[in-house]
Amino acid sequence: MIEGIFVEGLIFSIMVLGILISYRILDFADLTCDGSVATGAAVATMCIVNGLGITVGLILAFAVGVLCGLVTATIHNRLRIPGLLAGILTMTMLYSINLRILGNKANVSLVRVDTLYRLFPEAFPFLSSALASLAGTLLFVLVVKILLDLFFRTDLGLALGALGGNEQVIISQGMNPSVLKLIGVGLSNGLIALSGGLLAQYQGFADANLGTGMVVQGLAAIMLGEFLFSSNRISLITLRAILGGIIYKALMFLGRKYGYLIGITPNDFKLLTGILVIISLAIAQTRAMAAAGNARKKALSKLENGGAANA
Amino acid sequence: MLDIEHVTKVFFPGTVNEKVALENINLHVNPGDVICVIGSNGSGKSTLFNMIAGTFPVTSGTIRLDGKDITNAPEYRRAFMIGRIFQDPTKGTSANMSVEDNMNLASSKGMKGLKYSLTKERRKYFQELLGTIGLDSRMADNVGLLSGGQRQALTLLMATLSHPKLMLLDEHTAALDPRNAEIVMDLTKEYIKRDSLTAMMVTHNMQFAIDYGNRLIMMDEGHIILDLAGDDKKGLTVQSLIDEFRHIRKKDFDSDEGLLTS
Repeated sequence: MIEGIFVEGLIFSIMVLGILISYRILDFADLTCDGSVATGAAVATMCIVNGLGITVGLILAFAVGVLCGLVTATIHNRLRIPGLLAGILTMTMLYSINLRILGNKANVSLVRVDTLYRLFPEAFPFLSSALASLAGTLLFVLVVKILLDLFFRTDLGLALGALGGNEQVIISQGMNPSVLKLIGVGLSNGLIALSGGLLAQYQGFADANLGTGMVVQGLAAIMLGEFLFSSNRISLITLRAILGGIIYKALMFLGRKYGYLIGITPNDFKLLTGILVIISLAIAQTRAMAAAGNARKKALSKLENGGAANA
Repeated sequence: MLDIEHVTKVFFPGTVNEKVALENINLHVNPGDVICVIGSNGSGKSTLFNMIAGTFPVTSGTIRLDGKDITNAPEYRRAFMIGRIFQDPTKGTSANMSVEDNMNLASSKGMKGLKYSLTKERRKYFQELLGTIGLDSRMADNVGLLSGGQRQALTLLMATLSHPKLMLLDEHTAALDPRNAEIVMDLTKEYIKRDSLTAMMVTHNMQFAIDYGNRLIMMDEGHIILDLAGDDKKGLTVQSLIDEFRHIRKKDFDSDEGLLTS
Protein backbone atom coordinates (compact mmCIF):
# COMPACT_ATOMS: atom_id res chain seq x y z
CA MET A 1 0.00 0.00 0.00
CA ILE A 2 2.68 2.42 1.11
CA GLU A 3 4.68 1.51 -2.02
CA GLY A 4 1.68 2.51 -4.09
CA ILE A 5 1.73 6.02 -2.68
CA PHE A 6 5.42 6.36 -3.52
CA VAL A 7 4.96 5.05 -7.05
CA GLU A 8 2.04 7.41 -7.61
CA GLY A 9 4.03 10.27 -6.10
CA LEU A 10 7.11 9.54 -8.20
CA ILE A 11 5.12 9.37 -11.46
CA PHE A 12 3.39 12.57 -10.47
CA SER A 13 6.73 14.19 -9.64
CA ILE A 14 7.91 13.94 -13.26
CA MET A 15 4.95 16.17 -14.10
CA VAL A 16 5.88 18.42 -11.19
CA LEU A 17 9.36 18.76 -12.71
CA GLY A 18 7.74 19.84 -15.97
CA ILE A 19 5.61 22.42 -14.20
CA LEU A 20 8.69 23.54 -12.25
CA ILE A 21 10.41 24.37 -15.55
CA SER A 22 7.56 26.50 -16.88
CA TYR A 23 6.38 28.18 -13.66
CA ARG A 24 9.53 28.53 -11.62
CA ILE A 25 12.47 28.50 -14.03
CA LEU A 26 10.93 30.23 -17.06
CA ASP A 27 8.32 32.22 -15.12
CA PHE A 28 5.85 31.21 -17.83
CA ALA A 29 2.37 30.45 -16.43
CA ASP A 30 1.59 27.51 -18.67
CA LEU A 31 -1.77 25.74 -18.51
CA THR A 32 -1.03 23.41 -21.42
CA CYS A 33 -0.27 20.81 -18.76
CA ASP A 34 -3.90 19.88 -18.17
CA GLY A 35 -4.09 18.84 -21.81
CA SER A 36 -0.61 17.49 -22.44
CA VAL A 37 -0.60 15.06 -19.52
CA ALA A 38 -3.68 13.38 -20.99
CA THR A 39 -2.11 13.52 -24.46
CA GLY A 40 0.94 11.70 -23.12
CA ALA A 41 -1.27 9.07 -21.53
CA ALA A 42 -3.29 8.66 -24.72
CA VAL A 43 -0.26 8.41 -27.01
CA ALA A 44 1.54 5.90 -24.80
CA THR A 45 -1.61 3.81 -24.37
CA MET A 46 -2.43 3.69 -28.07
CA CYS A 47 1.17 2.79 -28.91
CA ILE A 48 1.17 -0.05 -26.41
CA VAL A 49 -2.32 -1.30 -27.33
CA ASN A 50 -1.37 -1.30 -31.01
CA GLY A 51 1.81 -3.28 -30.39
CA LEU A 52 4.42 -0.56 -30.91
CA GLY A 53 5.90 -1.30 -27.52
CA ILE A 54 6.51 0.53 -24.29
CA THR A 55 9.74 2.27 -25.29
CA VAL A 56 8.31 3.67 -28.51
CA GLY A 57 5.16 4.62 -26.60
CA LEU A 58 7.05 6.65 -24.00
CA ILE A 59 9.37 8.29 -26.53
CA LEU A 60 6.40 9.26 -28.69
CA ALA A 61 4.51 10.51 -25.61
CA PHE A 62 7.46 12.75 -24.77
CA ALA A 63 7.77 13.96 -28.37
CA VAL A 64 4.08 14.74 -28.70
CA GLY A 65 4.24 16.56 -25.35
CA VAL A 66 7.12 18.68 -26.68
CA LEU A 67 4.97 19.42 -29.71
CA CYS A 68 2.09 20.61 -27.45
CA GLY A 69 4.53 22.94 -25.68
CA LEU A 70 5.83 24.24 -28.99
CA VAL A 71 2.26 25.08 -30.04
CA THR A 72 1.68 27.07 -26.84
CA ALA A 73 5.01 28.89 -27.11
CA THR A 74 4.43 29.66 -30.80
CA ILE A 75 0.97 31.11 -30.10
CA HIS A 76 2.53 33.22 -27.33
CA ASN A 77 5.50 34.34 -29.46
CA ARG A 78 3.72 35.02 -32.74
CA LEU A 79 0.45 36.54 -31.56
CA ARG A 80 2.06 38.28 -28.58
CA ILE A 81 -0.64 37.10 -26.18
CA PRO A 82 0.10 36.16 -22.57
CA GLY A 83 1.42 32.65 -21.95
CA LEU A 84 -1.58 31.96 -19.74
CA LEU A 85 -4.05 32.46 -22.59
CA ALA A 86 -1.84 30.59 -25.07
CA GLY A 87 -1.79 27.64 -22.67
CA ILE A 88 -5.55 27.66 -22.19
CA LEU A 89 -6.03 27.64 -25.97
CA THR A 90 -3.73 24.66 -26.47
CA MET A 91 -5.23 22.84 -23.49
CA THR A 92 -8.76 23.27 -24.85
CA MET A 93 -7.79 22.14 -28.33
CA LEU A 94 -5.94 19.17 -26.88
CA TYR A 95 -9.13 17.87 -25.30
CA SER A 96 -10.58 17.16 -28.75
CA ILE A 97 -7.27 15.86 -30.04
CA ASN A 98 -6.93 13.51 -27.08
CA LEU A 99 -10.35 12.01 -27.86
CA ARG A 100 -9.20 11.52 -31.45
CA ILE A 101 -5.99 9.83 -30.34
CA LEU A 102 -8.05 7.48 -28.14
CA GLY A 103 -10.15 6.60 -31.19
CA ASN A 104 -13.10 8.80 -30.19
CA LYS A 105 -13.45 7.07 -26.87
CA ALA A 106 -13.28 8.73 -23.46
CA ASN A 107 -10.97 6.02 -22.13
CA VAL A 108 -8.96 3.08 -23.35
CA SER A 109 -7.78 0.38 -20.98
CA LEU A 110 -4.47 -1.43 -21.02
CA VAL A 111 -5.63 -4.94 -20.24
CA ARG A 112 -3.85 -8.04 -21.47
CA VAL A 113 -0.88 -6.08 -22.83
CA ASP A 114 2.61 -5.65 -21.45
CA THR A 115 3.08 -2.38 -19.60
CA LEU A 116 6.02 -1.08 -17.64
CA TYR A 117 4.29 -2.10 -14.43
CA ARG A 118 3.96 -5.67 -15.60
CA LEU A 119 7.62 -5.72 -16.64
CA PHE A 120 9.10 -4.23 -13.45
CA PRO A 121 8.30 -7.34 -11.33
CA GLU A 122 10.04 -9.43 -14.00
CA ALA A 123 13.08 -7.15 -13.98
CA PHE A 124 13.38 -7.27 -10.19
CA PRO A 125 12.34 -10.88 -9.42
CA PHE A 126 13.89 -10.73 -5.95
CA LEU A 127 11.41 -8.02 -4.90
CA SER A 128 7.71 -8.18 -4.28
CA SER A 129 5.64 -6.88 -7.16
CA ALA A 130 4.82 -3.63 -5.36
CA LEU A 131 8.44 -3.03 -4.39
CA ALA A 132 9.60 -3.83 -7.91
CA SER A 133 7.23 -1.18 -9.28
CA LEU A 134 8.62 1.27 -6.78
CA ALA A 135 12.24 0.41 -7.63
CA GLY A 136 11.59 0.72 -11.36
CA THR A 137 9.80 4.03 -11.04
CA LEU A 138 12.43 5.40 -8.69
CA LEU A 139 15.14 4.49 -11.19
CA PHE A 140 13.19 6.15 -14.00
CA VAL A 141 12.64 9.34 -12.02
CA LEU A 142 16.28 9.46 -10.93
CA VAL A 143 17.44 9.25 -14.53
CA VAL A 144 15.06 12.06 -15.51
CA LYS A 145 16.20 14.16 -12.56
CA ILE A 146 19.90 13.70 -13.26
CA LEU A 147 19.45 14.49 -16.96
CA LEU A 148 17.55 17.64 -16.02
CA ASP A 149 20.20 18.69 -13.50
CA LEU A 150 22.90 18.22 -16.12
CA PHE A 151 20.87 20.13 -18.70
CA PHE A 152 20.26 23.12 -16.46
CA ARG A 153 23.96 23.48 -15.77
CA THR A 154 24.85 23.76 -19.45
CA ASP A 155 25.10 27.19 -21.08
CA LEU A 156 21.68 26.69 -22.66
CA GLY A 157 20.16 25.65 -19.36
CA LEU A 158 21.62 28.69 -17.64
CA ALA A 159 20.20 30.90 -20.38
CA LEU A 160 16.74 29.43 -19.72
CA GLY A 161 17.15 30.27 -16.04
CA ALA A 162 18.23 33.78 -16.87
CA LEU A 163 15.20 34.23 -19.15
CA GLY A 164 12.88 33.55 -16.24
CA GLY A 165 14.69 36.05 -14.07
CA ASN A 166 15.10 38.84 -16.59
CA GLU A 167 14.21 38.73 -20.28
CA GLN A 168 16.22 41.87 -21.07
CA VAL A 169 19.45 40.12 -20.07
CA ILE A 170 18.80 37.43 -22.67
CA ILE A 171 18.13 40.02 -25.37
CA SER A 172 21.25 41.95 -24.36
CA GLN A 173 23.32 38.82 -24.77
CA GLY A 174 22.15 38.40 -28.36
CA MET A 175 19.73 35.55 -27.77
CA ASN A 176 16.22 35.36 -29.16
CA PRO A 177 13.90 34.95 -26.15
CA SER A 178 11.23 33.39 -28.40
CA VAL A 179 13.52 30.48 -29.26
CA LEU A 180 14.39 29.92 -25.60
CA LYS A 181 10.69 29.87 -24.71
CA LEU A 182 10.09 27.25 -27.41
CA ILE A 183 12.82 25.09 -25.91
CA GLY A 184 11.72 25.59 -22.31
CA VAL A 185 7.97 25.18 -22.71
CA GLY A 186 8.58 22.28 -25.10
CA LEU A 187 10.77 20.47 -22.59
CA SER A 188 8.30 21.18 -19.80
CA ASN A 189 5.39 19.64 -21.67
CA GLY A 190 7.52 16.75 -22.87
CA LEU A 191 8.11 15.78 -19.24
CA ILE A 192 4.45 16.30 -18.39
CA ALA A 193 3.37 14.01 -21.22
CA LEU A 194 5.98 11.45 -20.20
CA SER A 195 4.47 11.48 -16.72
CA GLY A 196 1.05 10.94 -18.31
CA GLY A 197 2.45 7.99 -20.27
CA LEU A 198 3.69 6.36 -17.06
CA LEU A 199 0.48 7.13 -15.19
CA ALA A 200 -1.65 5.43 -17.84
CA GLN A 201 0.45 2.29 -17.54
CA TYR A 202 0.35 2.34 -13.75
CA GLN A 203 -3.40 2.80 -13.45
CA GLY A 204 -4.05 0.57 -16.47
CA PHE A 205 -5.97 2.98 -18.66
CA ALA A 206 -5.84 6.35 -20.41
CA ASP A 207 -8.61 8.83 -19.87
CA ALA A 208 -9.38 12.01 -21.79
CA ASN A 209 -10.22 13.72 -18.49
CA LEU A 210 -6.99 12.65 -16.84
CA GLY A 211 -5.50 16.12 -16.82
CA THR A 212 -8.24 18.16 -15.21
CA GLY A 213 -6.79 20.25 -12.39
CA MET A 214 -3.28 18.85 -12.80
CA VAL A 215 -1.59 22.27 -12.96
CA VAL A 216 -2.92 23.27 -9.57
CA GLN A 217 -1.91 19.94 -8.09
CA GLY A 218 1.56 20.37 -9.55
CA LEU A 219 1.84 23.88 -8.12
CA ALA A 220 0.72 22.61 -4.73
CA ALA A 221 3.48 19.99 -4.89
CA ILE A 222 6.11 22.59 -5.85
CA MET A 223 5.08 24.79 -2.95
CA LEU A 224 5.07 21.90 -0.49
CA GLY A 225 8.58 21.11 -1.68
CA GLU A 226 9.70 24.68 -1.21
CA PHE A 227 8.75 24.51 2.46
CA LEU A 228 11.25 21.69 2.93
CA PHE A 229 14.41 23.73 2.33
CA SER A 230 15.54 26.75 0.33
CA SER A 231 18.35 26.57 -2.19
CA ASN A 232 19.45 28.01 -5.51
CA ARG A 233 21.18 24.82 -6.61
CA ILE A 234 19.33 23.12 -9.43
CA SER A 235 19.93 19.60 -8.10
CA LEU A 236 18.27 20.55 -4.81
CA ILE A 237 15.48 22.45 -6.53
CA THR A 238 14.56 19.38 -8.60
CA LEU A 239 14.94 17.16 -5.53
CA ARG A 240 12.52 19.20 -3.49
CA ALA A 241 10.03 19.26 -6.38
CA ILE A 242 10.11 15.45 -6.43
CA LEU A 243 9.73 15.27 -2.65
CA GLY A 244 6.88 17.78 -2.89
CA GLY A 245 5.15 15.54 -5.42
CA ILE A 246 5.41 12.52 -3.13
CA ILE A 247 4.23 14.49 -0.09
CA TYR A 248 1.25 15.80 -2.04
CA LYS A 249 0.22 12.30 -3.09
CA ALA A 250 0.70 11.08 0.49
CA LEU A 251 -1.56 13.85 1.77
CA MET A 252 -4.19 12.91 -0.79
CA PHE A 253 -3.87 9.29 0.28
CA LEU A 254 -4.39 10.23 3.90
CA GLY A 255 -7.37 12.29 2.82
CA ARG A 256 -8.87 9.30 1.02
CA LYS A 257 -8.20 6.95 3.87
CA TYR A 258 -9.03 8.99 6.93
CA GLY A 259 -10.91 11.90 5.40
CA TYR A 260 -14.27 10.26 6.13
CA LEU A 261 -13.56 10.78 9.82
CA ILE A 262 -14.02 14.49 9.33
CA GLY A 263 -16.50 14.13 6.48
CA ILE A 264 -14.12 14.70 3.54
CA THR A 265 -14.69 12.72 0.35
CA PRO A 266 -12.51 12.55 -2.79
CA ASN A 267 -14.98 15.02 -4.30
CA ASP A 268 -13.50 17.67 -2.03
CA PHE A 269 -9.89 17.14 -3.14
CA LYS A 270 -9.85 19.82 -5.84
CA LEU A 271 -11.16 22.35 -3.35
CA LEU A 272 -8.62 21.26 -0.75
CA THR A 273 -5.78 21.39 -3.28
CA GLY A 274 -6.73 24.93 -4.19
CA ILE A 275 -6.86 25.91 -0.53
CA LEU A 276 -3.48 24.25 0.00
CA VAL A 277 -1.97 26.41 -2.77
CA ILE A 278 -3.57 29.55 -1.32
CA ILE A 279 -2.27 28.75 2.18
CA SER A 280 1.21 28.04 0.78
CA LEU A 281 1.21 31.38 -1.02
CA ALA A 282 0.01 33.15 2.13
CA ILE A 283 2.72 31.52 4.25
CA ALA A 284 5.40 32.37 1.68
CA GLN A 285 4.22 35.98 1.67
CA THR A 286 4.11 36.22 5.47
CA ARG A 287 7.63 34.81 5.59
CA ALA A 288 8.88 37.40 3.10
CA MET A 289 7.19 40.18 5.07
CA ALA A 290 8.62 38.86 8.32
CA ALA A 291 12.09 38.77 6.77
CA ALA A 292 11.68 42.37 5.59
CA GLY A 293 10.41 43.38 9.03
CA ASN A 294 13.38 41.74 10.72
CA ALA A 295 15.78 43.50 8.40
CA ARG A 296 14.07 46.80 9.24
CA LYS A 297 14.26 46.18 12.99
CA LYS A 298 17.92 45.27 12.64
CA ALA A 299 18.65 48.46 10.73
CA LEU A 300 16.72 50.55 13.27
CA SER A 301 18.48 49.02 16.29
CA LYS A 302 21.78 49.59 14.51
CA LEU A 303 20.83 53.24 14.06
CA GLU A 304 19.81 53.57 17.71
CA ASN A 305 23.01 51.91 18.92
CA GLY A 306 25.05 54.07 16.56
CA GLY A 307 23.22 57.15 17.85
CA ALA A 308 23.88 56.13 21.45
CA ALA A 309 27.54 55.63 20.68
CA ASN A 310 27.75 59.06 19.08
CA ALA A 311 25.95 60.68 22.03
CA MET B 1 30.47 53.76 -37.57
CA LEU B 2 26.87 54.60 -36.65
CA ASP B 3 24.79 56.44 -39.23
CA ILE B 4 21.31 57.62 -38.38
CA GLU B 5 19.51 59.11 -41.36
CA HIS B 6 16.16 60.90 -41.31
CA VAL B 7 14.91 58.85 -38.38
CA THR B 8 11.42 59.72 -37.19
CA LYS B 9 9.49 58.00 -34.43
CA VAL B 10 5.82 58.62 -33.86
CA PHE B 11 4.08 56.93 -30.94
CA PHE B 12 0.35 56.04 -31.25
CA PRO B 13 0.07 57.41 -34.81
CA GLY B 14 -3.43 58.38 -35.90
CA THR B 15 -4.83 58.60 -32.38
CA VAL B 16 -5.45 61.56 -30.08
CA ASN B 17 -2.37 60.46 -28.13
CA GLU B 18 -0.13 60.77 -31.18
CA LYS B 19 3.29 61.92 -30.12
CA VAL B 20 6.25 62.71 -32.32
CA ALA B 21 9.15 61.56 -30.17
CA LEU B 22 11.88 61.96 -32.79
CA GLU B 23 11.66 64.11 -35.89
CA ASN B 24 14.04 63.67 -38.81
CA ILE B 25 17.11 62.87 -36.74
CA ASN B 26 20.44 62.76 -38.55
CA LEU B 27 23.52 61.71 -36.64
CA HIS B 28 26.88 60.39 -37.67
CA VAL B 29 29.00 58.78 -34.97
CA ASN B 30 32.71 58.31 -35.68
CA PRO B 31 34.69 55.38 -34.30
CA GLY B 32 36.07 56.31 -30.91
CA ASP B 33 33.54 59.06 -30.30
CA VAL B 34 32.43 59.49 -26.71
CA ILE B 35 29.22 61.47 -26.88
CA CYS B 36 27.34 62.96 -23.97
CA VAL B 37 23.66 63.44 -24.68
CA ILE B 38 21.74 66.04 -22.67
CA GLY B 39 18.22 67.38 -22.82
CA SER B 40 15.20 67.80 -20.58
CA ASN B 41 12.70 65.02 -19.86
CA GLY B 42 10.74 64.05 -22.93
CA SER B 43 13.28 65.52 -25.34
CA GLY B 44 13.77 62.15 -27.05
CA LYS B 45 17.08 60.96 -25.57
CA SER B 46 15.76 57.60 -24.44
CA THR B 47 13.70 57.15 -27.60
CA LEU B 48 16.86 57.75 -29.64
CA PHE B 49 18.64 55.03 -27.65
CA ASN B 50 15.66 52.71 -28.04
CA MET B 51 15.76 53.24 -31.80
CA ILE B 52 19.49 52.51 -31.98
CA ALA B 53 19.19 49.43 -29.76
CA GLY B 54 16.06 48.24 -31.57
CA THR B 55 13.63 48.15 -28.65
CA PHE B 56 10.94 49.63 -30.89
CA PRO B 57 10.91 49.91 -34.69
CA VAL B 58 11.46 53.34 -36.27
CA THR B 59 8.53 55.00 -38.05
CA SER B 60 10.77 56.06 -40.93
CA GLY B 61 14.44 56.53 -41.72
CA THR B 62 17.45 54.22 -41.69
CA ILE B 63 20.05 53.22 -39.11
CA ARG B 64 23.39 51.78 -40.21
CA LEU B 65 26.04 50.33 -37.96
CA ASP B 66 29.46 49.72 -39.51
CA GLY B 67 27.89 50.07 -42.96
CA LYS B 68 25.27 47.40 -42.25
CA ASP B 69 21.62 48.42 -42.41
CA ILE B 70 20.18 47.44 -39.03
CA THR B 71 16.94 49.42 -39.31
CA ASN B 72 14.78 46.30 -39.20
CA ALA B 73 17.07 44.01 -37.24
CA PRO B 74 15.54 42.74 -33.98
CA GLU B 75 17.01 43.95 -30.70
CA TYR B 76 18.74 40.67 -29.87
CA ARG B 77 20.57 40.72 -33.23
CA ARG B 78 21.84 44.24 -32.68
CA ALA B 79 22.99 43.25 -29.21
CA PHE B 80 25.89 41.41 -30.88
CA MET B 81 27.40 44.82 -31.65
CA ILE B 82 25.73 47.12 -29.15
CA GLY B 83 26.18 47.00 -25.39
CA ARG B 84 23.53 48.82 -23.43
CA ILE B 85 23.36 49.78 -19.77
CA PHE B 86 20.06 50.95 -18.33
CA GLN B 87 19.31 53.34 -15.52
CA ASP B 88 17.68 50.49 -13.59
CA PRO B 89 20.51 48.36 -12.13
CA THR B 90 18.26 45.27 -12.08
CA LYS B 91 17.87 45.23 -15.87
CA GLY B 92 21.38 44.20 -16.82
CA THR B 93 21.85 41.10 -14.68
CA SER B 94 19.83 38.05 -13.75
CA ALA B 95 19.02 38.27 -10.04
CA ASN B 96 18.30 34.59 -9.44
CA MET B 97 21.65 33.45 -10.81
CA SER B 98 25.12 33.56 -9.30
CA VAL B 99 27.69 36.19 -10.24
CA GLU B 100 29.86 33.66 -12.07
CA ASP B 101 26.90 32.29 -14.03
CA ASN B 102 26.01 35.83 -15.09
CA MET B 103 29.59 36.39 -16.23
CA ASN B 104 29.54 33.09 -18.09
CA LEU B 105 26.32 34.06 -19.84
CA ALA B 106 27.83 37.36 -20.95
CA SER B 107 31.15 35.98 -22.14
CA SER B 108 29.84 35.16 -25.60
CA LYS B 109 26.92 36.58 -27.52
CA GLY B 110 24.28 34.50 -29.25
CA MET B 111 22.38 31.28 -28.68
CA LYS B 112 23.96 28.91 -26.20
CA GLY B 113 24.61 25.21 -26.66
CA LEU B 114 24.71 22.12 -24.49
CA LYS B 115 28.19 22.55 -23.11
CA TYR B 116 29.75 23.54 -19.84
CA SER B 117 31.88 26.58 -20.50
CA LEU B 118 32.33 27.45 -16.83
CA THR B 119 35.61 25.56 -16.49
CA LYS B 120 38.27 26.02 -13.84
CA GLU B 121 40.32 28.31 -16.09
CA ARG B 122 37.33 30.44 -16.95
CA ARG B 123 36.38 30.70 -13.32
CA LYS B 124 39.90 31.91 -12.57
CA TYR B 125 39.72 34.41 -15.42
CA PHE B 126 36.36 35.70 -14.15
CA GLN B 127 37.75 35.92 -10.63
CA GLU B 128 40.57 38.14 -11.82
CA LEU B 129 38.16 40.40 -13.69
CA LEU B 130 35.74 40.52 -10.76
CA GLY B 131 38.64 41.41 -8.49
CA THR B 132 38.87 44.75 -10.29
CA ILE B 133 35.38 45.63 -9.06
CA GLY B 134 35.76 43.97 -5.67
CA LEU B 135 33.35 41.10 -6.34
CA ASP B 136 35.87 38.25 -6.53
CA SER B 137 34.81 36.90 -3.15
CA ARG B 138 31.13 36.78 -4.11
CA MET B 139 31.24 34.70 -7.27
CA ALA B 140 28.86 32.03 -5.97
CA ASP B 141 26.37 34.51 -4.48
CA ASN B 142 23.16 35.27 -6.29
CA VAL B 143 23.25 38.65 -8.02
CA GLY B 144 20.04 39.59 -6.22
CA LEU B 145 22.07 39.88 -3.02
CA LEU B 146 24.32 42.61 -4.42
CA SER B 147 23.74 46.34 -3.96
CA GLY B 148 22.60 48.54 -6.85
CA GLY B 149 26.10 49.92 -7.33
CA GLN B 150 27.66 46.47 -7.34
CA ARG B 151 25.07 45.24 -9.82
CA GLN B 152 25.67 48.18 -12.14
CA ALA B 153 29.44 47.66 -11.95
CA LEU B 154 28.88 43.99 -12.79
CA THR B 155 26.61 44.93 -15.70
CA LEU B 156 29.34 47.19 -17.01
CA LEU B 157 31.97 44.48 -16.69
CA MET B 158 29.66 42.00 -18.42
CA ALA B 159 28.99 44.41 -21.27
CA THR B 160 32.71 44.92 -21.91
CA LEU B 161 33.40 41.15 -21.90
CA SER B 162 32.14 40.79 -25.46
CA HIS B 163 33.79 43.95 -26.82
CA PRO B 164 30.76 45.77 -28.25
CA LYS B 165 31.27 48.18 -31.13
CA LEU B 166 29.01 50.74 -29.50
CA MET B 167 28.08 51.31 -25.87
CA LEU B 168 24.79 52.96 -24.98
CA LEU B 169 24.73 54.29 -21.43
CA ASP B 170 21.27 55.49 -20.49
CA GLU B 171 21.74 57.53 -17.29
CA HIS B 172 23.33 54.43 -15.85
CA THR B 173 24.39 56.09 -12.60
CA ALA B 174 21.20 58.07 -11.96
CA ALA B 175 19.62 55.44 -9.69
CA LEU B 176 22.70 55.07 -7.49
CA ASP B 177 23.76 56.99 -4.40
CA PRO B 178 26.47 59.61 -5.02
CA ARG B 179 29.39 57.48 -3.86
CA ASN B 180 28.39 54.45 -5.92
CA ALA B 181 27.54 56.69 -8.86
CA GLU B 182 31.09 58.00 -8.76
CA ILE B 183 32.58 54.51 -8.56
CA VAL B 184 30.52 53.28 -11.51
CA MET B 185 31.30 56.41 -13.53
CA ASP B 186 35.03 56.04 -12.89
CA LEU B 187 34.77 52.44 -14.00
CA THR B 188 32.90 53.52 -17.13
CA LYS B 189 35.63 56.01 -18.00
CA GLU B 190 38.28 53.39 -17.38
CA TYR B 191 36.67 50.81 -19.68
CA ILE B 192 35.97 53.35 -22.41
CA LYS B 193 39.62 54.42 -22.33
CA ARG B 194 41.07 50.93 -22.03
CA ASP B 195 39.09 49.42 -24.92
CA SER B 196 38.83 52.68 -26.93
CA LEU B 197 35.08 52.16 -26.96
CA THR B 198 32.67 54.21 -28.98
CA ALA B 199 30.03 55.34 -26.52
CA MET B 200 26.92 57.44 -26.18
CA MET B 201 25.95 58.51 -22.69
CA VAL B 202 22.75 60.17 -21.55
CA THR B 203 23.33 62.40 -18.55
CA HIS B 204 21.43 65.08 -16.69
CA ASN B 205 24.60 66.64 -15.41
CA MET B 206 25.53 69.47 -17.79
CA GLN B 207 28.90 70.14 -16.20
CA PHE B 208 29.80 66.47 -16.56
CA ALA B 209 28.69 66.51 -20.20
CA ILE B 210 30.95 69.50 -20.82
CA ASP B 211 33.95 67.98 -19.05
CA TYR B 212 33.73 64.45 -20.37
CA GLY B 213 33.86 62.99 -23.86
CA ASN B 214 34.82 64.53 -27.16
CA ARG B 215 31.32 65.45 -28.27
CA LEU B 216 28.15 66.87 -26.79
CA ILE B 217 24.64 66.57 -28.17
CA MET B 218 21.69 68.52 -26.87
CA MET B 219 18.16 67.38 -27.64
CA ASP B 220 14.82 69.11 -27.37
CA GLU B 221 11.35 68.06 -28.50
CA GLY B 222 12.62 65.25 -30.69
CA HIS B 223 15.35 67.24 -32.41
CA ILE B 224 19.11 67.37 -32.04
CA ILE B 225 19.50 71.10 -31.54
CA LEU B 226 23.19 71.22 -30.74
CA ASP B 227 26.08 68.97 -31.74
CA LEU B 228 29.45 70.23 -30.56
CA ALA B 229 32.84 68.57 -30.80
CA GLY B 230 36.49 69.42 -30.31
CA ASP B 231 37.32 73.08 -29.60
CA ASP B 232 33.66 74.16 -29.80
CA LYS B 233 32.96 71.86 -26.87
CA LYS B 234 36.04 72.77 -24.85
CA GLY B 235 35.06 76.39 -24.51
CA LEU B 236 31.61 75.59 -23.08
CA THR B 237 30.27 76.55 -19.68
CA VAL B 238 26.90 75.58 -18.21
CA GLN B 239 25.79 79.21 -18.60
CA SER B 240 26.86 79.40 -22.24
CA LEU B 241 24.98 76.15 -22.94
CA ILE B 242 21.81 77.55 -21.40
CA ASP B 243 22.20 80.79 -23.33
CA GLU B 244 22.75 78.81 -26.50
CA PHE B 245 19.61 76.79 -25.80
CA ARG B 246 17.57 79.94 -25.26
CA HIS B 247 18.98 81.42 -28.43
CA ILE B 248 18.13 78.36 -30.55
CA ARG B 249 14.75 77.43 -29.07
CA LYS B 250 13.53 80.87 -28.04
CA LYS B 251 12.61 79.53 -24.61
CA ASP B 252 14.22 78.73 -21.25
CA PHE B 253 16.00 75.49 -20.56
CA ASP B 254 13.64 73.77 -18.16
CA SER B 255 15.66 71.02 -16.55
CA ASP B 256 16.31 71.94 -12.94
CA GLU B 257 18.20 68.71 -12.57
CA GLY B 258 20.65 69.78 -15.24
CA LEU B 259 21.30 73.07 -13.46
CA LEU B 260 21.35 71.84 -9.90
CA THR B 261 23.67 68.88 -10.30
CA SER B 262 27.16 70.09 -10.82
